[in-house]
Amino acid sequence: MGRATSRGSRIGLYISLAVLSIVLLLSLLPFGVVALNAFKTPADYAAFGPLSLPRHPTLSIVVDFWKRVDFGTKLWNSFYISACVALFGVALSLLNAYALGIGRVRGRTAFLILFVVANTLPQESLAYPLYYFAKALGIYDRQISIIIIFSVIQSAFGTYLMSSVFSAFPREILEASMVDGCNKGQALVRIVAPVAMPTLLVLFTFFFIWTWNEFFLPLIMLISDARQTVPIAISVTQGQHNMDATAASASALLGMLPCVLFFFAFQRTLTRGVAAGSVK
Amino acid sequence: MGSRFSKSSGYAPFLAPGLVLFALVILAPFATNLGISLTKWNGVGKPVWIGLANYARAFGDAVFWASFRNNLILIFAVTIIPTIVGLTLADFLFEYVAPRAGSGAASFFRGGFYLPQVLPVAIAGVVWGWILDPQYGVLDWTLKAVGLGGLARNWLGDAATALPSVMFIMVWFQIGYPLVIFMSALQRIDPEIMEAAEVDGASWRRRFGIVAHLVVPEILVVVLTTTIYALKLFGQIYVLTRGGPGNATIVPSYFAYQNFFEKARVGYGSAISTLMTLIIIALTIAFINVQARQEREMAL
Repeated sequence: MGRATSRGSRIGLYISLAVLSIVLLLSLLPFGVVALNAFKTPADYAAFGPLSLPRHPTLSIVVDFWKRVDFGTKLWNSFYISACVALFGVALSLLNAYALGIGRVRGRTAFLILFVVANTLPQESLAYPLYYFAKALGIYDRQISIIIIFSVIQSAFGTYLMSSVFSAFPREILEASMVDGCNKGQALVRIVAPVAMPTLLVLFTFFFIWTWNEFFLPLIMLISDARQTVPIAISVTQGQHNMDATAASASALLGMLPCVLFFFAFQRTLTRGVAAGSVK
Repeated sequence: MGSRFSKSSGYAPFLAPGLVLFALVILAPFATNLGISLTKWNGVGKPVWIGLANYARAFGDAVFWASFRNNLILIFAVTIIPTIVGLTLADFLFEYVAPRAGSGAASFFRGGFYLPQVLPVAIAGVVWGWILDPQYGVLDWTLKAVGLGGLARNWLGDAATALPSVMFIMVWFQIGYPLVIFMSALQRIDPEIMEAAEVDGASWRRRFGIVAHLVVPEILVVVLTTTIYALKLFGQIYVLTRGGPGNATIVPSYFAYQNFFEKARVGYGSAISTLMTLIIIALTIAFINVQARQEREMAL
């Protein structure tokens, strides 16, 4: 093996790295082109096209678009909804999994199957009744509807995951807490939740990002402009206005940016979590 | 007295809020949807019971079949191509790039190819809608600039190119998912197996065969999850084509949405979404069976 670093194989390595880099660059080109053209004036775009560097870099297109869709509000809506869903979704998962994974309540297998099946259900098969019920309850077009719905949908996955984590929970710790006079609620708050905190944080991160990215149900439920999330606002604006190229690219940039920031902030959690989810 | 924690009693109250909410948000709507699918209803007034007529109508509806045909085609872009490319790329990064250029280089490429996956599907649609725009899009502009203006067209507005364009976008979007899963799967393979293959002078193709065999459990997971995902595709279609031109890119999810919210044929929309659910549940059961058989074989 040690002899393998001959000149021939090193050239082979460089060539394959170069090819790989070109393919990667092409794959990331949409990000680059969007970023490039968001900072051009329409005149600049018309004169020099989409692939040249901005002659007079300007923030005005991005700022105009930001104001036009009131992007600050949309960011807050997405953040607020995603954070609430992540919090309630994790809390529900924890409670369910405490009863199913540690408590082993009667019928736990049936309950687990229920949660797994719920996880694969298409939202289309729930959408119209949810829309109708929300209207009847007066929470249609209010963010609370989306928060409740997604907390439950996300917790179906979280319950399944946390139950399998908890089935291996060291029972001696619980026995010891009982000797100290803890009841089951106190044991959950003081012992189980802190021990499970790393997994709960991963779950929180995933619930937050999944909810941020949701499209179908928020599109149906949140029709008022002021209540919409980032993906809905950006895609609806795209359809409504006859935008020019630089405004379209500014809108795409604003839609991409939060997610790219999440990616760099949580890269390790995300790639590990995706992989961990594949083999239980 | 016995230990309070050795008994499984007393935990049921912790399950109560979860189950009540689950019943309200998932079970009741699902049952209601099933019920609506047996009626003719426009969303207001009283639904009229018509039995299985909506299902019979679906089987005779060319648009319904077109939506499922498009879905089958999209499985190529969402499942088959990304799985094959992802496995090849993962194997190449793991076996060739990582040992020679360092695991940092391999992680870098993995992260780069994964990046599109972090976008909301609707935003990915907006980005590509902009690139493919016939008036100001980058693609047509570039084709014209290099003298290939004859190739420029309204990619998403032309019935001949709309579905292939959506497929291309989906491949771009999906590659990162199998790549990440397969790269982590390769890390659990015993290096001795690959070293043995090295000593035997196994060809590249044979080595790839060994790797593919070792990650069969992950391949199954990727194929199932992405196939189900393909059946649920909505955001991209909504943003890019709205199912058009004509019905060239219609998919069941968007067809159900149209019937619910645009055509006020709620009963029919419910029947379509129920059929989607049945297919997904059948796929899941088939997958669990294959997985169980696979595990038995590996245990032998």
